[in-house]
Amino acid sequence: MNRKKLYPWYFTIGALVIFLLLCFLPGLIGILYSFTDWNNFTSEVNFVGLKNYKEVFAGNSEYTKYIVNTIVFTVVTTIMKTVAGLALALLLTQKFIKFKTFHRMVIFSPQVMSYLVVGLVFKSMLHPTTGFVNNFLRSIGLGSLARNWLTDLKLVFPTVMAVDTWKGMGYIMVVIIAGVLSISPDYYEAASIDGASFWQKFRSITLPLLKPIIVNVTVLNVTYGLRVFDMIYSLTNGGPGNATGVINTAVYKEFSKGNFAMGTTLSSILFLFVLCLLYFIIKSMENKEVDL
Amino acid sequence: MERMKKHILSVAGNLLAILTSLIVMIPMIVVVLTSFKSSGEANNMSLTLPKKWMFENYAIVIEQGKLISSFLNGLIYATFSVLIIILVVSAAAFVISRNFKGINKFIYYFIIAGIAMPINNVALMKVMQALHLVNQRYGIILLYAAINIPLSLFLCYGFISTIPREIDEAAVIDGCTPTRLFTRIILPLLKPIISTLFVLNFMAVWNDFTMPLYYLNNSKKWPMTLAVYNFFGAFENSWNLVSADIVLTLLPVLLIFILGQKYIVGGVSAGAVKG
Repeated sequence: MNRKKLYPWYFTIGALVIFLLLCFLPGLIGILYSFTDWNNFTSEVNFVGLKNYKEVFAGNSEYTKYIVNTIVFTVVTTIMKTVAGLALALLLTQKFIKFKTFHRMVIFSPQVMSYLVVGLVFKSMLHPTTGFVNNFLRSIGLGSLARNWLTDLKLVFPTVMAVDTWKGMGYIMVVIIAGVLSISPDYYEAASIDGASFWQKFRSITLPLLKPIIVNVTVLNVTYGLRVFDMIYSLTNGGPGNATGVINTAVYKEFSKGNFAMGTTLSSILFLFVLCLLYFIIKSMENKEVDL
Repeated sequence: MERMKKHILSVAGNLLAILTSLIVMIPMIVVVLTSFKSSGEANNMSLTLPKKWMFENYAIVIEQGKLISSFLNGLIYATFSVLIIILVVSAAAFVISRNFKGINKFIYYFIIAGIAMPINNVALMKVMQALHLVNQRYGIILLYAAINIPLSLFLCYGFISTIPREIDEAAVIDGCTPTRLFTRIILPLLKPIISTLFVLNFMAVWNDFTMPLYYLNNSKKWPMTLAVYNFFGAFENSWNLVSADIVLTLLPVLLIFILGQKYIVGGVSAGAVKG
């Protein structure tokens, strides 16, 4: 049978054209424009070579701060979500836990909420004078722990990362639970007969068998962390100052200032960085062990 | 002794599970309670029941926040972009998975690379302008379709690979054309994955607020998320009203979450799902 006739190429055209025009083309054009002085004030666009890139990487510019922040955010939230998700997955698959399904559903539920809504909820919860967190601390006599969570320069970034973990850990938990449930109980039985402790079983059975899934969720968390925007925009808008600014909030800032060339340069740096990781990302996606 | 230890472990484990659930639930409960309080009472956020239940907060929010039009906008954007995604992705996934070589293989990897690649929003503005898509409802719908195609294709491809090819062969011997084969035989078999795609993409579009922030500067065309953000800016000190607004934005997704739980968890377990 003729496969080319049976599965005509034009079936792919819709997805391909929409993706090509609105996702790939902007990435490509963006790189070209990063070598220009494109802005909102003149219609003239001049080639300026590597000037924008030099400005980003020159010494102590605010831009290096954004790049460092993005990397810190990515590394810290990836670790926190994976550790919290793994711990919760192990906890909520134990026989002695009651109402497992309920707990799983509750902990997963922030995943379906908009980042914007989560940001606004926590903005109100963390308000220094009227917010729930400080009120609660005062009411149990721990008023000395009350802080300006979102305006204190030292605290604001950890707070933002904690809120992000609050939202994202449930998702990681659900993925890992699927992995834990797919491990045959025989392994644990055999280990128990040999007298293995909980930690020994964890280190020698659970962890090695979960490795593909942990790689998978790490990749997800990294690609999310590098692109983070909504969460930070709604919680702090990159502030105070630029303490919580990341690449994508900076892109929006440059965009609204009309400084398009710098916006597209920052975006292109991110684009090229993810492109370098792309091979590993796709490999890990295809090695997934969990099925629908 | 051993039993005692087990008992303590089980109590501690259960407590830990309850504590984690509380940490996740309390912010939402506080917001729901605050949404029914008077503005004076709401100024001090706490886990107490409102002294008087102010249902009128919701009426005020719906009127002042122009929620009805933004609700309809959000509904239009989500519904139409999801329909486009399902149509183009299922057709593409069908052909690609049945004939995975050469150009099809290239197209597949080219598109699913979009799962990880960041969008260059500044340059996208240029493209949208050239295509006359800025500030247009159909523009934002196409854009939402575009950014959600990669993950949808990945999930759909995985599903179609599990449908045996003998079905196609039998249909062709009976005289089916490719289009008939796809619409009459394959599409009905895709119901589970289409449900998953529907739920996941609907939520992704409903929850997004980056795209309208960049490409819709007419408040009449804003979806719920952006309307809420704007409302928050105007009423920052009326926590009760802001909370009511947040609750109204959350309701549709929570409803879909409860109804479509099976499909969400199915999609999640299938691997990569992240907005």
